[in-house]
Amino acid sequence: MHAPLTPTARLPIGSDADLAWLRQHVRQCAADLGFGLVQQTKLVTAASELARNTLVHGGGGHVEITTPTDGARRGLRLSFVDSGPGIRDVDLALTDGYTTGGGLGMGLSGAKRLVQDFVLDTRPGLGTTVTITEWVSGFPAPRPGAR
Amino acid sequence: MTDFPAVHPEPVPVLALGDILLVTLRGDLYDGAAEQLQYDITQRIANSPVPVGGVVIDLSGVEIVDSFLGRILAEIAASARLLATRTILAGMRPAVAITLVELGLTLPGLATALDVDRALAMLHRAPSVEGGA
Ligand SMILES: Nc1ncnc2c1ncn2[C@@H]1O[C@H](COP(=O)(O)OP(=O)(O)O)[C@@H](O)[C@H]1O
Ligand SMILES: [Mg+2]
Repeated sequence: MHAPLTPTARLPIGSDADLAWLRQHVRQCAADLGFGLVQQTKLVTAASELARNTLVHGGGGHVEITTPTDGARRGLRLSFVDSGPGIRDVDLALTDGYTTGGGLGMGLSGAKRLVQDFVLDTRPGLGTTVTITEWVSGFPAPRPGAR
Repeated sequence: MTDFPAVHPEPVPVLALGDILLVTLRGDLYDGAAEQLQYDITQRIANSPVPVGGVVIDLSGVEIVDSFLGRILAEIAASARLLATRTILAGMRPAVAITLVELGLTLPGLATALDVDRALAMLHRAPSVEGGA
């Protein structure tokens, strides 16, 4: 018997209400897939950071939620998509404490630390897509490069 | 998007417990509600007829703290301190603490307690800088 497969979803990111709903939705998907509590908390926190960036820096957008499989592994993949100004200097944007917008500058770098896979694709003037994937595993979650 | 039952857009109440202000955060907080809370707490401290003996923020019902809410909590504590009032974060969940550290947000300078009772005991042991008690 399989656990019910979390369906693919596309949610808008246009307001703080959307951020709150997205956090709830990601939490539910992660719980359904069997993620542990700490792994759920890290994933929801990363999603909150990236969705707020989509909203605040990207001028709004959407998130695509899919549940990829890799052999016997199942994962949760979130793509945050905007067609905002893009990021000119990615290394700088990924530096702890760097912000252009009055935040703490910990969102992008922190989200990258919190999840197993993190891919940032940005084109200045065209927009930004950040895709994160977390795979179901025992506790504690393996860190990228740790195996 | 509106009307999702698990999400609470309402303002967060600030309760008076003797001379202590107690704020209980639950579930998911809208960004706007968090910003409103910062304003409400500082107003309550500044306008209180008797000196406020401290602020306790109960986080035991909070499932995630991201850098936005972390910044609001730090700013609440900083502005309360400028108004001669201590703030204690109480009851943070272990998963939230682990996540905050990995996020890179250790909130230095923020006083913490394992639960509200211990936070109240801390405030009563060391009264605010007016030296009351
Ligand atoms: N989706 C995005 N579109 C454009 N710029 C972005 C986006 N996400 C992040 N950035 C840039 O990267 C910087 C760092 O992001 P972050 O670490 O989340 O810090 P903060 O959001 O607090 O500024 C932002 O200040 C912004 O300049
Ligand atoms: Mg950010």
